[in-house]
Amino acid sequence: MAYNDNVRHLYQEQLKGLKDAGIFKQERYIHSKQAADIEVEFPEGSSLKKVINMCANNYLGLSSHPEVIEAAHKGLDARGYGMSSVRFICGTQDIHHELERKMTDFLGTEDTILFPSCMDANAGVFEAVLTKDDVMISDRLVHASLIDGIRLCGAVQDSIKHSDMAHLESKLQLHADKRLRLVITDGVFSMDGDTAKLDEMVALCEKYNAMLLVDESHASGFIGKTGRGTHEKCGVMGKIDIITTTFGKGLGGACGGCVSGRKELVEMCRQKARPYLFSNTIAPVVVAGVLKVLDILNASTERRDKLERNAAYWRKGLTEAGFVLKEGDTPIVPVMFFNAKLSQDFSRALYDEGVYAIGFFFPVVPQGQARIRTQLSAGHEIHHLDKALAAFIKVGKKFDILGKTKQEIIEKYGN
Amino acid sequence: MDDLKDIILNYVSGEYLEEGADPLDYDTPLISGGIVDSFSMVSLKRFLENKYKISIPDADASPQAFDSVNKIAELVKRFVK
Repeated sequence: MAYNDNVRHLYQEQLKGLKDAGIFKQERYIHSKQAADIEVEFPEGSSLKKVINMCANNYLGLSSHPEVIEAAHKGLDARGYGMSSVRFICGTQDIHHELERKMTDFLGTEDTILFPSCMDANAGVFEAVLTKDDVMISDRLVHASLIDGIRLCGAVQDSIKHSDMAHLESKLQLHADKRLRLVITDGVFSMDGDTAKLDEMVALCEKYNAMLLVDESHASGFIGKTGRGTHEKCGVMGKIDIITTTFGKGLGGACGGCVSGRKELVEMCRQKARPYLFSNTIAPVVVAGVLKVLDILNASTERRDKLERNAAYWRKGLTEAGFVLKEGDTPIVPVMFFNAKLSQDFSRALYDEGVYAIGFFFPVVPQGQARIRTQLSAGHEIHHLDKALAAFIKVGKKFDILGKTKQEIIEKYGN
Repeated sequence: MDDLKDIILNYVSGEYLEEGADPLDYDTPLISGGIVDSFSMVSLKRFLENKYKISIPDADASPQAFDSVNKIAELVKRFVK
């Protein structure tokens, strides 16, 4: 069919609908390396503005680390730019295998398989290991990529209220007749910054003979005493059947992901997962960078320790200033505004004060729970946090929300 | 019939409503209203099948048929002998 005026008009109307609803996404152009200090062009065509980045997934500050960049350069020289093949034809280099072995060691699992992204890992893992005779029971706040993967799988789908262990137990009982049960959760929930109760989930999975899958994208490299992830924090290393995670956040921030876990399940992915079978894997330059990231993290916990201190400092500062926060102890610190427009206006005012932090509202978060999700980095120094905190307080006074409760903010601005 | 509706209403409220949410009535849109996600329809279907000793074919268990307590009650009535 030709792309005629009617078709064009149809899409123009859809895009207009997104703009009218206030959910049209616009990119902001960054003219510098990813770091705590960035130079941003926004709106398009405006002069560059130097701002403090409070919304990157650059948890460990490794996105532009000199040692990682140097390793990537060497990897580029030694192994080239692209593979021009999927893994099982002629797209597997020694360093891909090396990264899989090192991730297995890092996560404390049995085996690992790389994917082009964690989105792809989550898209492929379920259909590779489950059939229509099985059931998937997921937390209702899991990441969108897990939801997409679940939808692509023929197994029965069910869900539980967020982190509700009694509800999980009732669902495990309900589905006791299924061949296999797979419980699915994020390790750290990306929008709320809270942590899954993996110790309790493991106990329930053992009691009801179920497997457990954890997406560790917002945890790998920094949650737990040595940064192995939520399973380390909860004392259940070696007891998670499937871990999916990304190299696009704490572990260097470039791209790529993996499925790590029981060796038979990983092998099933190698045989059957479609994003692995029908897509090139991670480019050699990125593999070389991630290998260096793991060397850095294996050598010292300095970066995750600093991140932990930064997160505690930031959370304390915002709390004392009188903001309403989502409770937690991770580097994701959501500042609650409840009203969508208020979150957008506040974000814009912060930008004017030199702080880059984005507001989220429905449908990204539940209705009436609009927020600015701030994210800490080991790349932040105390002076960054003090300056950002001063900006939050200045803007908070302007909007008169400091010291106000959730109810008072909703009464003032609606939700 | 009201008993059936109340049983469904109580189950759906306990299963899907978060704390502080507005209460449901018989006509509240459940799936199109975003209260029941499509994943969770399966447990609602299994609950009804176990409770009323019926089997609802997948072809009849559409999101439309599960979109309110009234509609679910109509569906169940079709299969209860």
